[in-house]
Amino acid sequence: MIAVVDYGMGNLRSVSKALDLLGFKNTIVSEPEALENAERIILPGVGAFGDAMDNLRERGWIPKLENEVLVKRKPVLGVCLGMQLLAENSSENGEHNGLGWIKASVRRFEIDEKKFKVPHVGWNNVTSSENSRLFKGIENGKSFYFVHSYHAVCKEPEVISATCEYGEVFAAAIEKGNVYGTQFHPEKSQKWGLAVLKNFVTNV
Amino acid sequence: MLKTRIIPCILLKNSMVVKSKAFSEWRNIGNCINIARVYNAREVDELVILDITATNEKRPFLTSLVRDVADECFIPLTIGGGVRSVEDIRKMLQVGADKVAINTEAIRRPKFISEGAKIFGNQCMVVSIDAKRNSKGGHSVYSNSGTVEHAELTPVDWAQKAEDLGAGEILLNSIDRDGMMNGFDLELVAEVSDAVNIPVIACGGAGKPQDFVDVVKQGHASAASGASIFLYTQYTPNEVKRQMSKSGIDVRL
Repeated sequence: MIAVVDYGMGNLRSVSKALDLLGFKNTIVSEPEALENAERIILPGVGAFGDAMDNLRERGWIPKLENEVLVKRKPVLGVCLGMQLLAENSSENGEHNGLGWIKASVRRFEIDEKKFKVPHVGWNNVTSSENSRLFKGIENGKSFYFVHSYHAVCKEPEVISATCEYGEVFAAAIEKGNVYGTQFHPEKSQKWGLAVLKNFVTNV
Repeated sequence: MLKTRIIPCILLKNSMVVKSKAFSEWRNIGNCINIARVYNAREVDELVILDITATNEKRPFLTSLVRDVADECFIPLTIGGGVRSVEDIRKMLQVGADKVAINTEAIRRPKFISEGAKIFGNQCMVVSIDAKRNSKGGHSVYSNSGTVEHAELTPVDWAQKAEDLGAGEILLNSIDRDGMMNGFDLELVAEVSDAVNIPVIACGGAGKPQDFVDVVKQGHASAASGASIFLYTQYTPNEVKRQMSKSGIDVRL
């Protein structure tokens, strides 16, 4: 059973429906205790970092998530804001601490914004590494849907399993042990996005 | 490379899909979910659904409708119409919307843009600007589905203010060109696109593929939306994109 974490930050339904379409049993969980029964966890996210961390903290998710992910080593996939939360900190609307599961800092794009308008919205090509588990069977350079102004700057470049370019090259996906993240929305990226989701369930 | 987006727009009046001309003369043309399904099958880049009477009828957008579309269509979805509070935004996102378009309430209370951006991120906040040519040779901004003129507000001023307040994108609608299928208002689109560093989605006037080429090359739009063209002509979004690709514009095919 895949647990889709509901921590009050929108759009879990699309992730759940995408998993349904792929035929994978999943439940939207609003209580941390429910993670006990999950084989793998998806941390979706639409919104701002600070609010997301506040919600996770206030609703008691952090200790439970740490136990399931860092101790029991269940696979976890952070999507968009969810991937950013895996980082140590973010400078969105002030400095905030993240979950710290990957050595990374979330920063706003540092590019010529007249030429490359921020937020980065739309479909862009993703280049994946050969040994990526999320991108197995997916031809390099396919487009995925992005909608974000911030991205994770990784201090351990070996965790970056896919990149994208928008004025600068940034991490489009990370894979570190049982911790996975995609900056794009696989549940909104149609055929190839669904393939990434499928790989998270069957290939990790 | 980031691809230029082609975004079909679905206008709703009393829960039915309508085609309009200059924000009036509405004609019922079908059922939202059926039309959304066709776009889903066509794998369009994004979808915008606007409830054009929610504000004037003082009610929120029908969440059940959003849920029905989002459940079947795995396309990035922007929903607008009657969004007046942070709670409205939260509900929309919970049922499957990725972005929310706000218009009347943003003009009435500009801080609403910042409030939404702070909680949901600015990429979620699309400020929809309805513009119409005025007697002074420029454009005025309108609210309440094109029924209330704000003569003191130009599209450029308002777009810049919205950007400063935290808008992630501008959905720019030309009331004059709406439904006419005679091309976008290129001058208006270029003025606004050049004035802000956030993406501008041009809407109003699309009638043929070349219109989309023009609105990107001359209008500098990041994305272009069309309603009548995809429902009243034989052109599909992919055909439009093929023309754009031939003209050297990077699109997703």
